[in-house]
Amino acid sequence: MYIGCATITNMLNYIWFGLMAIALVVAAINGTAEAVTRGAVESASSAVQIAIGLVGIMTLWLGMMRIAEAAGLVSLVGRALRPLLRWLFPDVPPAHPAGGAIVVALAANMLGLNNAATPLGIKAMEELNTLNPDKDTATNAMVTLMAITTAGVQLVPASMIGVLAAAGSTNPTAIIAPTILATAAGTMAAVIAARALERFYPVSAPAAEEVRS
Amino acid sequence: MIRSALDAISLWAIPVLLVAIPLAGMLRKVKVYDVFIEGAKEGFDVAVKIIPFLVGILVAIGMFRGSGAMDLLMAAMRPLVAPLGFPPELVPLAVLRSLTGSGSLAFTTDLVKTHGPDSVIARTAATMYGSSETTFYVLAVYFGSVGVRRTRHAVPAALIADLVAAVAAVAVCAWMF
Repeated sequence: MYIGCATITNMLNYIWFGLMAIALVVAAINGTAEAVTRGAVESASSAVQIAIGLVGIMTLWLGMMRIAEAAGLVSLVGRALRPLLRWLFPDVPPAHPAGGAIVVALAANMLGLNNAATPLGIKAMEELNTLNPDKDTATNAMVTLMAITTAGVQLVPASMIGVLAAAGSTNPTAIIAPTILATAAGTMAAVIAARALERFYPVSAPAAEEVRS
Repeated sequence: MIRSALDAISLWAIPVLLVAIPLAGMLRKVKVYDVFIEGAKEGFDVAVKIIPFLVGILVAIGMFRGSGAMDLLMAAMRPLVAPLGFPPELVPLAVLRSLTGSGSLAFTTDLVKTHGPDSVIARTAATMYGSSETTFYVLAVYFGSVGVRRTRHAVPAALIADLVAAVAAVAVCAWMF
């Protein structure tokens, strides 16, 4: 049973290796080795470009967040939404700064402030990491935050309204209501899935170590 | 009315926040500039720390796309979802959305052009794009920033959420448009 859990826990390892291994096999069949090489090389440099592109905006918002913390704004926001946070993140102590940081990050996501949302989300992750006993392993609260974020809580799908408008749509904002409904469904699913799955992915180290000790 | 209010929020949110936060600090007698610099110092480190995670994820996805495996995956999924009432044109988008932000944006833009911006397909595609995030990018950035490698149930939970959001987008758009 433990071995099974450990295997599932390493899902990302399998997905990562699987994507590359499948790429090689398909390349051998399709003769697309060149495109695979290009995909690897270009993705590597674009990953660095993305990260470096984050430096400025990251610096700005982390500085702003420090002011907000010092002014007591973050804990104020956290206190205001305490019942919701308690329910979503039961492992986070009520007075912990992680609560406020999570709220601020989710608010930035909802408003579609993309360049603020990522730095603030990372800040919330760092706060949650201070509660993490095993720095290599994600806590339940971290997974819940990440699942909610990937579900993409957003009130105004600005980029899509832009795409539709640019293509000459008569009513580009028609997608706002369905987007909110779909993102709400996805977010609910994220919370439920994160909470329901946590027991199947124990925090403890793989079975081998337990047997040895 | 609602629309102009929403437009005003997205227009003013950042400038107002950039002044309101230091203002709250001033009122609380915080040395705002000093404190800003102190927090801002972390920015570079955090951005650099996520590089290995981002390179790892994006390279694997880049190879997968480059080889043509992504196209095969989408082709394989089409017959599976067609009987469920999921428009086959949108299957690639459902797969791409979780893997690549720029790829799914390009694909959506193409669908909008091909089918017309007021078609049900275009609106559903736009809803699908807008109602989700690039899961593997968020995964790499968020867990990379704190150096977490054992992500436990993060991937399955996020993929379940993506699937539900995609199905909900199709269902809601079929109902509304």
